[in-house]
Amino acid sequence: MKSSYVSFTLNGEEKELLIEPGRRLVDVLREQCGATGTKNGCGQGSCGACTVHIDGVAMLSCLLPAELVDGSEIVTIEGVVRNRVLHVLQEAFLAQAATQCGFCTAGMIMAAKALLDCDPSPSRQAVIEALSGNVCRCTGYEPIIAAVLAAAATLAKRPAAAAAA
Amino acid sequence: MAKLRGRGIAAVNYPTGMNLGGDPSQALIHATTTGNFVVTLSSVDLGQGLRTIMTQITAEVLGIAPEAVMIDTADTDTGPHCMGTFASRTTHRVGNAIIMAATEARKVLLDVAGEELEVAPEDLETDGTGRIVVKGVPGKSISVQDAALAAHFKHGRTISGRGIYLKPRSYPDFETGAMDPDSCQAHACTIAEVEVDTETGDVRVLKLISAYEIGRAINPMMVEQQIVGGSWMGMSHALYETTEPYYPNRAHGPVDFLGYLMPGPADIPEYDAVILERPSTNGPFGAKGIGEMTANSPIPAIANAIFDACGARIDDLPITPEKVLRALDAAALAAQP
Repeated sequence: MKSSYVSFTLNGEEKELLIEPGRRLVDVLREQCGATGTKNGCGQGSCGACTVHIDGVAMLSCLLPAELVDGSEIVTIEGVVRNRVLHVLQEAFLAQAATQCGFCTAGMIMAAKALLDCDPSPSRQAVIEALSGNVCRCTGYEPIIAAVLAAAATLAKRPAAAAAA
Repeated sequence: MAKLRGRGIAAVNYPTGMNLGGDPSQALIHATTTGNFVVTLSSVDLGQGLRTIMTQITAEVLGIAPEAVMIDTADTDTGPHCMGTFASRTTHRVGNAIIMAATEARKVLLDVAGEELEVAPEDLETDGTGRIVVKGVPGKSISVQDAALAAHFKHGRTISGRGIYLKPRSYPDFETGAMDPDSCQAHACTIAEVEVDTETGDVRVLKLISAYEIGRAINPMMVEQQIVGGSWMGMSHALYETTEPYYPNRAHGPVDFLGYLMPGPADIPEYDAVILERPSTNGPFGAKGIGEMTANSPIPAIANAIFDACGARIDDLPITPEKVLRALDAAALAAQP
């Protein structure tokens, strides 16, 4: 099989890359795009550290052959920061001390953001379900759940236009 | 068949550091031309927060802002000596070494600033935000950066400091066996509340409530993080994790996160912790170590709570549903006349 050209937008920027057949999206993001915020954890879809958004849906970039994202909009943790301002979820992770070694953090935030994007005021149970595919070995999960709920509470106080951003 | 609840308690006394053949750690500090201070260590930040704690200690002793401190760690080829990042020792050992190094560096910093301001160094104080001020004369000051530049370009001096903390080797007394194996001890107690399903053998941890006496909490938020994360890990060791589920038969051991059981976000108990600060006599600012101990007391507390709930006394980890059911069967058999 030959390498092929694949086009997508990464955090709003147009990309056209020559990609080897079967190359995982996580490797393309980290090695060809320099977007190393996305972590390669288990490489088999069981830890969630590589979670990114493909057309608004949280997906595991270690299980995705990059050819399949042709024409997609991809958002990684680097795209969550806007104009050097942290996202409300990132602020909440800081305030709730929801990160220790930090390896799971990008994936946790991407999984949580996918939830808040479609359900801005989730129940605790909904947060737990949204994070259930992401492994953390440091925090005991409670600070992460608390951070997502705190971010949702902050979003609820904002005008609708700002919350959509 | 029923869901039975029980409570268990366990305490832990945990040594800060160990001596083996003596336990030294070094720290080297120098100012760059920007007035930032680089702290060179061979300890490692693996998520426990060493960089934050060492930044706080350096900033406090030098009298500068934490933002002006850079912690450079973990190249054992080129770095100063560190026995290692283990035994809950880093805050204590490296923190003390940094205090020594930063005290020496601060003296040079104030000497140079005194030359520049034409006052005695004893008449100077740092404001904690990057300026060195003549005591009682707020208008007369020099920035740390200007002092660093002056040191390099005018005075030919290096604003630097060397620190070492050594816990000397201790030998046991032949008559009594007494020795001095550690520097101080932290103490903790955990109460676990569990629910045991006697039909399935499944154990749910409902609450893990702990009290910790750890000397001065240099960063109370990170201490709480460590306790909550350690509580989770203790529960995970008590009920879930093992690399050899059929020990001594090594077959069917987990090789990845799909097979290695851990409690997920849906399995966590209510955590709570109280922190008591009784400063140690020899730690930096009275600190002791609270690294590894947090995963200790939850384990026996959970085992005791299971015994309290259903009478199954299990001393083999992890306490799987199979072990609970076998223990309940054995207890029922023993109770028959």
